[in-house]
Amino acid sequence: MHLLVHHLLYVAAGSTTTTFKIQGLGKLVYGLAAIGPGIGIGLVFGHAIEAMARQPEASGRITTYMWIGFALTEALALIGIAVPFFITS
Amino acid sequence: MSDAHLMTTAHLVTTASGCHFQSKPSCGYPAPSIENFFFKPIFTIGSYQFTKPILIMLLSAAIVLLVFWLAFRSPKLVPRGIQNVGELGILAVRDQILRPQVGSKGDRYLPFLVSLFFFIWLMNLWELIPVAQFPATSKFAFPLGLTLVVWVTYLVIGMRHQGPLGYFKNMAVPPGAPWWILPLLSPIELLSNIIVRPFTLSIRLFANMLSGHLLLLVFSVATWYLFSATIGLLFAAVSFIVFLLVFLLEVLITLLQAFIFTTLTAFYIGDALEPAH
Repeated sequence: MHLLVHHLLYVAAGSTTTTFKIQGLGKLVYGLAAIGPGIGIGLVFGHAIEAMARQPEASGRITTYMWIGFALTEALALIGIAVPFFITS
Repeated sequence: MSDAHLMTTAHLVTTASGCHFQSKPSCGYPAPSIENFFFKPIFTIGSYQFTKPILIMLLSAAIVLLVFWLAFRSPKLVPRGIQNVGELGILAVRDQILRPQVGSKGDRYLPFLVSLFFFIWLMNLWELIPVAQFPATSKFAFPLGLTLVVWVTYLVIGMRHQGPLGYFKNMAVPPGAPWWILPLLSPIELLSNIIVRPFTLSIRLFANMLSGHLLLLVFSVATWYLFSATIGLLFAAVSFIVFLLVFLLEVLITLLQAFIFTTLTAFYIGDALEPAH
């Protein structure tokens, strides 16, 4: 607890160097970013399939919303891919 | 940008020198990077560089204009020939995109949405067409410009239909929301409608096209790089098969991203026409 407060004060004092001791952490980054959208897309398509199984005559409308949901969720995963390319720091 | 030119020429030197998988002066895989998205200008006027993405954008606009102009040059009640194609496009956008999001009262925005949809779709499609093979929308400027147009459009529509201050008041205080949730809801609503929507709209299209192009680059360069008279031939074949699969995926994604952009535009316009309920 004392260490945590010390660390927070250190960061709050405006230190500009925070070094990660774990090497190769950058390679993990997109993998972590893809967890959420992966689950999300699975949910979107899974629920769409279930809905189409329950009521096949609504398949057209369900398909439309399925693609919209897919694109919105995929956007987050793709932001994770694309953002590292134009962060210059 | 001088570094970018050096990088692209370095890539060209590597590729032109026959550097393959197990060639004797051993060289690594020339990995595609962000540098592949910067082009040497075709010509320069002053400090304005006319590059390949700009050419692709102008071609897309010209083709869309040409097709629709030809289709409706002398419209007949019973359509013949290319008028069928034009009508198909317009009715598809109206019935699949505009009407489900806005309803019939949004029909006056149909020309805008038709142009938007086909322009974005065609700009995306250049990723797959053999000579060009670059989606103009993977340069952030193009989705950003389109998003700014859409953003100003729905803000102006909202202010015109609900009054300049009434629009933002209805956004921050949705009719029917209990008073105790407003401190949480109002900042979120304002931020979401004014900042987050244009941001995600532009970056969704941009990131999709960027990653698609990057994937195609990775596998096509890998096919070329692995293509040598050793076991590399098998690797190159596998890489080519994956390239074809990614190509098929991109056929879907180009259409889907144009559809999503236009659908969300229609939704934001419909949202601006009347207060959220």
